[in-house]
Amino acid sequence: MPDFAFLRRLGGNTVDRLWRLGVASRFFVAILLNSGTALRRYPLTFREIWFSGVLSLVIILVSGLFVGLVLGMQGYEILTRYGSDTALGVMVALSLLRELGPVIAGLLFASRAGSAIAAEIGLMKATEQLKAMDMMAVDPVARVVAPRFWGGVISMPFLAALFSCMGIFGGWLIGVVMIGVDEGVFWSQMQAAVDFRHDVLNGVIKSVVFGVAVSLIAVFEGYDSEPTAEGVSRAITRAVVTSALAILALDFVLTSFMFRESP
Amino acid sequence: MSDDFLIRIENLQFAYDARPVLQGIDMRIPRGGIVAIMGGSGCGKTTLLRCIGGQLKPAGGSIRVHGVTVNNLDQAGIYALRRHMGMLFQFGALFTDLSVFDNVAFPLREHTDLPESLIRDLVLMKLEAVGLRGARDRMPAELSGGMARRVALARAVALDPALIMYDEPFTGLDPISLGIIGQLIRRLNSALGATSIMVTHDIQESLLIVDYIYFIAAGKVVAEGTPDDIRRSDDPFVRQFVRAEADGPAPFHVPSENFAVDLFGADARGMQYA
Repeated sequence: MPDFAFLRRLGGNTVDRLWRLGVASRFFVAILLNSGTALRRYPLTFREIWFSGVLSLVIILVSGLFVGLVLGMQGYEILTRYGSDTALGVMVALSLLRELGPVIAGLLFASRAGSAIAAEIGLMKATEQLKAMDMMAVDPVARVVAPRFWGGVISMPFLAALFSCMGIFGGWLIGVVMIGVDEGVFWSQMQAAVDFRHDVLNGVIKSVVFGVAVSLIAVFEGYDSEPTAEGVSRAITRAVVTSALAILALDFVLTSFMFRESP
Repeated sequence: MSDDFLIRIENLQFAYDARPVLQGIDMRIPRGGIVAIMGGSGCGKTTLLRCIGGQLKPAGGSIRVHGVTVNNLDQAGIYALRRHMGMLFQFGALFTDLSVFDNVAFPLREHTDLPESLIRDLVLMKLEAVGLRGARDRMPAELSGGMARRVALARAVALDPALIMYDEPFTGLDPISLGIIGQLIRRLNSALGATSIMVTHDIQESLLIVDYIYFIAAGKVVAEGTPDDIRRSDDPFVRQFVRAEADGPAPFHVPSENFAVDLFGADARGMQYA
């Protein structure tokens, strides 16, 4: 009689994962249905934009600058091999607007704001604050979860845009100021090659999708955490790890739809 | 409709998955009274409170509050009912990101359109009643355990509820704070004309302030009576509880196999553990 313990465990795990995905989807719908309070009483959402968006600015801007500096150096080094160092501006702008801006800003946002949201909601749950609110006939999904979700969704595209701007500034700093690529060529090539709809708008769409994914994962993991110290710490870890995987996987899917060369 | 009893519970049953917690509770809570529900840890007291507040759905039986059957209500109905309920959680459950003042103002701001000046007056009245008007600007982290409990009490009565529920109000308090909370429960109940249910295992304090006591063990009501009845009772369970004896009808040991068998294996069966 062969032992199917492994298969059984695999099946059980798969069912558990799918179940959890279903619970998260229902939670997403519940957030959307209970968003009235968050949008009507907009100061609640503004406060969350402050916490997850404005307070993430430093890490986003500094990281954007460094990524731009590195792109400028590597890009110049590679492009000069083919004698096309005039395309440096195009390369820097396209890689940031299409990929690096949304993806890296999303990853940083998940580790800075996503972890904070998961921790806050998890701790509110562990200390019975959510239950107390519920007993006061105030729905915690409407009052606590939805404002944080929308705060994240609104912040994320702005953070990604600022990341890309800082990156382009960093590329310019290295390419034009330090190395001495012609400034007129740097900007005019960029202006000619970057298409608003194809490059800029697609990047913005990516950042909105990542914003929804990271915010949803963060509030769900916090709300779904075990109400113990260990449970909250696990929820924070899961929020960051799942967000990172979701961003990279979604990026692949979106890129293959947006930037596929038509045959 | 006038009814002498604010709450009527009939044959209430509740189970977590397959583990039965409440197995046929009957209870009546008179208007204006303070009723204590007592029993050892894990006997289902808090579960009973959660059922009354509509946070848990019972498996059978009925709970009627104010003439409304709680277990048939949908979310909106339960929320409408809860506006007439205040609940004090075991450790206060204050909102840690709000000041003392904002914590007490929270239910007022969520459920009324009162102008800020009126909310201020109401909050200060509630804080004055619990003696903490001077601590209004502190954050919950800057309060002692007893003070946090008093702020939570002020928040629970902010909307002048008809029913106040207390989940272990005395746990973890020093004797002075414990006496203060006990007196506040009594005073607030009569000042507000409310009805109170208190889940606790602090028998001595309860005997001083409540009107009626229910004892629960293994999911059933095993004894009930006024504090005088309880003091005079010769029911073995009540006596064990009142005198705080370790063993009795409420066993010290979780049911388990013979100790000798557990220690030495199956061949020790029949051996006497000395």
